[in-house]
Amino acid sequence: MQIATMYFKDRAQVKLNDELLQYNLKKSKGKFVGKRAEAIRELDDFEGTRTAAREIRQRVLDNLDTYLEIFEQNATARGATVLWAETPEEANRHVLDIAAKHQLKKAIKSKSMVSEESALDHAIEQAGLKVVETDLGEYILQINDYEPPSHIIAPALHKSKEEVSALFAKVHGTPPKTGIQELCGEARAVLREHYLTGDLGISGANFLIAETGSVMLVTNEGNATLCTTLPKVHVVITGIEKIVPTLEEASTLLRLLTRSATGQSITNYVDILTGIKGAGEYHGAEHMYFILVDSGRTRVLASEVREALRCIRCGACLNHCPVYQNIGGHSYGWVYPGPIGSVITPMFIGQEMAVDLPNASTLCGACGVVCPVRIPLPELLRKHREAQVKEDLRPWVERLGLKGWTWLALHPGLYGLATRIGVRLMKMMGGYEGRIHKLPLVGGWSDGRDLPAPTGKTFRELYAAKRRSA
Amino acid sequence: MSAPARPPERGAKQSPERAQPANRARDNILGRVRQALGKTGPDPTAREAALAHIATHPIGPRPALPADLRQRFLENAAKLESSVDQLARREEIPRAVARYLTGIGVPPRASGWPEFADLPWGEAGVEVAIRPTQGQDPVGLTSVFCAIAETGTVVVLAGPEAPTGTLLLPDTHIAVVDGSRIVASMEDAFVLIRKERGSLPRAVNMVSGPSRTGDIEQTIVLGAHGPFRVHLLIVG
Ligand code: SF4
Repeated sequence: MQIATMYFKDRAQVKLNDELLQYNLKKSKGKFVGKRAEAIRELDDFEGTRTAAREIRQRVLDNLDTYLEIFEQNATARGATVLWAETPEEANRHVLDIAAKHQLKKAIKSKSMVSEESALDHAIEQAGLKVVETDLGEYILQINDYEPPSHIIAPALHKSKEEVSALFAKVHGTPPKTGIQELCGEARAVLREHYLTGDLGISGANFLIAETGSVMLVTNEGNATLCTTLPKVHVVITGIEKIVPTLEEASTLLRLLTRSATGQSITNYVDILTGIKGAGEYHGAEHMYFILVDSGRTRVLASEVREALRCIRCGACLNHCPVYQNIGGHSYGWVYPGPIGSVITPMFIGQEMAVDLPNASTLCGACGVVCPVRIPLPELLRKHREAQVKEDLRPWVERLGLKGWTWLALHPGLYGLATRIGVRLMKMMGGYEGRIHKLPLVGGWSDGRDLPAPTGKTFRELYAAKRRSA
Repeated sequence: MSAPARPPERGAKQSPERAQPANRARDNILGRVRQALGKTGPDPTAREAALAHIATHPIGPRPALPADLRQRFLENAAKLESSVDQLARREEIPRAVARYLTGIGVPPRASGWPEFADLPWGEAGVEVAIRPTQGQDPVGLTSVFCAIAETGTVVVLAGPEAPTGTLLLPDTHIAVVDGSRIVASMEDAFVLIRKERGSLPRAVNMVSGPSRTGDIEQTIVLGAHGPFRVHLLIVG
């Protein structure tokens, strides 16, 4: 996917002023949050389940090489081929090689965020093959000239039904529909044709199961089930961190994944695919490939933000983030928006490319509280901020300001003097209203609000006075 | 780190296996993983520990379920919009299918799994073609391996006598559930698969109600790509 993370501030501003988007965001706001809150009550021990989930994922990360090898062995034993890709380009190349080897013409794809990283659809099209996204949200984006997804589980969350209706009418050449039911029916008919004619099924992976060499896929639409049942070749493209040791542990994670994502106790389809089709089987892939992608994951593993690899991509941190809710997913400028995106994007594409992302958070802590695998997202965002300061990636005004403040703080006498002058100045600025309308250097902040002016004395002065009178 | 090898020429017809000579990518990735974890090479002790961990099949916290699993299954299946009919004996299946299809106004033409070939379909006025389907049949008839009370889910295992398309392509899926095979949770289903089958079949498809989507304005619509209706016949 094209990187636009460096324009975060400009893009966020545009999105904040986009009335239609703001209207759509408001409409969807809180829906996922409310459903999740209800669904987690069904678990007698939600916090205990989170702790268990954290341990399951952490165990894998701490022994990732071992579990990868066990997975590879078991998948291979069932006739699947395990391929490895260091970069997004290499992952795409594998897919094209597989298509060439088996002379495949049309890929039907169920949702995969990893394939967004490598812009796989474009690579397939450039090679002269056809690719069809089958998740309804992804399909809507694909036919809208590959609009980027704005949410990791509800990619077309930002679109209204009117927009979808206009898009379908234009692309399918049909009369515009008004109801959501009819729109879905139209997409169903178009996609059914593709399901029956696709010869390459591409999926991501919710989990890879080490003990059996399987992939576990979770959908409501059943599109992953179709993509992995009908075509003669199935390619799974996913990150190396997606491994879970056993089916039982995957069950624990699933309880949290679907509840945290959409507030469901389970999705309508959960598929576990293991190896190629057996003798006498009518449906199922004759060839199965796993493409295990690094592109930055080993960098995360080696870094201070390793814990971010526990992520099971539920999207809860996005849904609960006040920043995400107000600017939508596109502002973030790459594949993964919201708090988890702000933690992993700098590691995947470079800290200097994504300077604004770790700062696009109020550190309110909501993301860390809801994360089903207990990733301390606010703490990891802070680690990025520290790294930015160390690597001199912050703007000079901020750096100078921090240096000045550090120097002052180390000289208490001068600090006292400076703050005494400061509060008095601010009191004057506040005038008789006692409110400051415009602050130098932080105009962006004071554009939208007034700062109540200090009443004239510093805390240290007041404290000293109090002690004297006591 | 070694210099990355040259990518193969564009358009060169290479098999995926040959496209990565000597598994360079694999070695590099595993090398970087080990480096990140502070290891120098393969770690036989860690491998033993991982295999031992897998062998224990540890079970995490599960919500408590009532002793009456059937009742819980029925409640949850209804929540997920599966419809349910309970039958005393297997012979009643054709009539129950006929009744259901008449009720919803769907032509009584199904493709079914071979295990249903012996039932008296003609008497009930239902046409059942014992063959896989490509979607031309309005109804698909399958059995299930077991059912899960915690979520109202049915677990379908693929095989030569159990083509997956039957549960996916027709607009209506009718699944026959053995009433004595309702387990508490997904974990129990896996234990049962291991016990009875030894290993996983190519596909384990867990179905919890009809296919649905919420991708347009988070409004739930049934029949996204798969069946619009899932009807469960619980026998026994
Ligand atoms: S970081 Fe946690 S909350 Fe966010 S998507 Fe990943 S698992 Fe979900």
